[in-house]
Amino acid sequence: MAVVSTVLAPSVSPARARTVGWLGGAGVVLAGLVVVSLLVGAKAIPVSTVVDALVEFDPTVNDHLFVREERLPRTLLALLVGAGLGLAGTVMQAVARNPLADPGVLGINAGASLFVVMGITLFGVTALTGYVWFAFGGALVATVLVYGVGALGREGATPVKIALSGAAANAAFVSLTTTVLLSDTDAFEQFRLWQVGSLSGRHVDVLIQVAPFLGAGIVLALASGRLLNTLTLGDDIARGLGQNTAVARTVAGVTVVLLCGAATAAAGPIGFVGLAVPPVARMVAGPDHRVVLPCALLFAPILVLAADILGRVIAWPGEVQVGIITAVLGAPVFIALVRRRR
Amino acid sequence: MSALTVIRHVRRRARLVCVLLAALAAGMFLLALSVGTATVSLPDVLSTLAGQGSSDTDYIVLELRLPRALTGLLAGAAFGLSGAILQSLLGNPLASPDVIGISAGAGAAAVTGIVAFGLGGPGVAVAALVGALVTAALMYVLAWRDGVTGYRLVLVGIGLAAILLSVTSYFMTRSRVSSAQDALVWLTGSLNDSDWERLVPLAVALGLLLPAVAAAARALDLISFGDDTARGLGLGVPRARLGLLLCAVALAGTATAAAGPIAFVSLLSAPIGRRLARDGGPALLPSTLVGAVIVVAADFAAQHAPGLPRVPVGVLTGAIGAPYLLILLARLNRGGHGG
Repeated sequence: MAVVSTVLAPSVSPARARTVGWLGGAGVVLAGLVVVSLLVGAKAIPVSTVVDALVEFDPTVNDHLFVREERLPRTLLALLVGAGLGLAGTVMQAVARNPLADPGVLGINAGASLFVVMGITLFGVTALTGYVWFAFGGALVATVLVYGVGALGREGATPVKIALSGAAANAAFVSLTTTVLLSDTDAFEQFRLWQVGSLSGRHVDVLIQVAPFLGAGIVLALASGRLLNTLTLGDDIARGLGQNTAVARTVAGVTVVLLCGAATAAAGPIGFVGLAVPPVARMVAGPDHRVVLPCALLFAPILVLAADILGRVIAWPGEVQVGIITAVLGAPVFIALVRRRR
Repeated sequence: MSALTVIRHVRRRARLVCVLLAALAAGMFLLALSVGTATVSLPDVLSTLAGQGSSDTDYIVLELRLPRALTGLLAGAAFGLSGAILQSLLGNPLASPDVIGISAGAGAAAVTGIVAFGLGGPGVAVAALVGALVTAALMYVLAWRDGVTGYRLVLVGIGLAAILLSVTSYFMTRSRVSSAQDALVWLTGSLNDSDWERLVPLAVALGLLLPAVAAAARALDLISFGDDTARGLGLGVPRARLGLLLCAVALAGTATAAAGPIAFVSLLSAPIGRRLARDGGPALLPSTLVGAVIVVAADFAAQHAPGLPRVPVGVLTGAIGAPYLLILLARLNRGGHGG
């Protein structure tokens, strides 16, 4: 019990002070990135004009409109999507007790993609705002399928079983998506730009539509720190502590579906944010999820926003989609984690 | 029954399965040569193959249909064998070129070639082969930590596949929709562009690789008993494993170069082959034949089945393979062998 009580109630100590320091630093970095994100882009706009657009908005000035309607929503969306994916990854890794769990690797994003494609071809959905319900449906189906298949058998959901059933589900969803796309050129044209994971051209309407879902998911995730702490101790101990594990898993599942579904609907499938951020957050915060979750909440938007800015800079005046940058930065982290495990 | 009769019985069964599968493959092959917009009767097909056809049947059978049917046969065989080697080498029924990133490497290289450098035909094939080999080498190096374990190789492959797929997506978004669509057809696996020019390298590669695999088959048998047993029986395990891995990758790479990464064939063939042969071994020959049958039959169905649009063969194998993959995992997990 001694171990349990220290995990559940960490003492206020130098460690806590250091974590607060990290959080403050991350906040400063994030604020800096927000400023850079507003300043940098295909269109060169002077700093003073950007400031004016925010402070003294004049709807007749084109550059003001551009900052207000393109860069500001895009930046806010990057923050929300990043926070959502980072928290979803943290929750999944805690529930699966597996540092390799991630909405991209485990096929949740691919499930959302498949349903979006079916929405485009079967129901003629053309607007980004129409994608969200399909993305939720797909994320839900994928979550249930991957966890269901991975948890079969005597030992329950072991890390490797979850990773493999996720990879299998991912391959299956991708294959089915390709099948649908090949038969429909228009859908392919529409889908291929969404499919890499991009934040460009996302306007206020998309932001307004997904914000409530992402907001609800973020609140739910931040509130589930104690649940996750007990779940990571293993089902037996969790039950011994009076935790209803089925309820805890369901809460975690709903959180993941809300966060992944909304983030994928808005930005397309962005991989590896949910994979790379939680280990860093745990390194800084220690094992207590009540501290890990706020860290992930700040760190993940840093990754997404930085990747988005990088994508705008390296191919200027074109851009490389944020999903590609995060995969190229994140996959090496995944491989390093695989190598570290025995 | 004495142990010896049991062994003899099992061997006879495996041999019978091989003969039946070979007959089935030959039958599907002849059917593919004979049926089409202009049907050529079976005796005419045979006499044309023997060099005594009319100029009409020569054109239809030898020029139009033979390259496609042969590419399907050989590519299917290569995928089937590659999957059988990988699965028993890594001790994991999920280890197929699709899942562990070799197809993704070939695909990324080929799409880069098609979209960025405007390659066609042989150029794409070379790019795909190089992509597969480089990916496999990278995977092996990254998974190496005092040796290579099956699961680590598979998981590192999954990570590499993610990077490679995003490279592919990047080029797909950069190109005009028509060439992106070409690339998508290639990525699914298609026999539509089969011709003699692409068939010859595949045939030559198979001519070199099949004897190599046959020579290494005993080593694979020993490895499947476990590394320690194999070492005890005098096998140089790391070298044998590397050689077999190289053969499997080269098989998948050349087949991919000729026909694209036809989805799930290598994943499906080996379990089917093993189940048919039931001799407890890696079932290399049955899996090879099953692969050939699957591709030729699926391509035939994709071309001629009523009610289906004429889709690339990979669409059909993918639609069957994807659900199978999940069922396979569910059964493995329930039986407690999933890891």
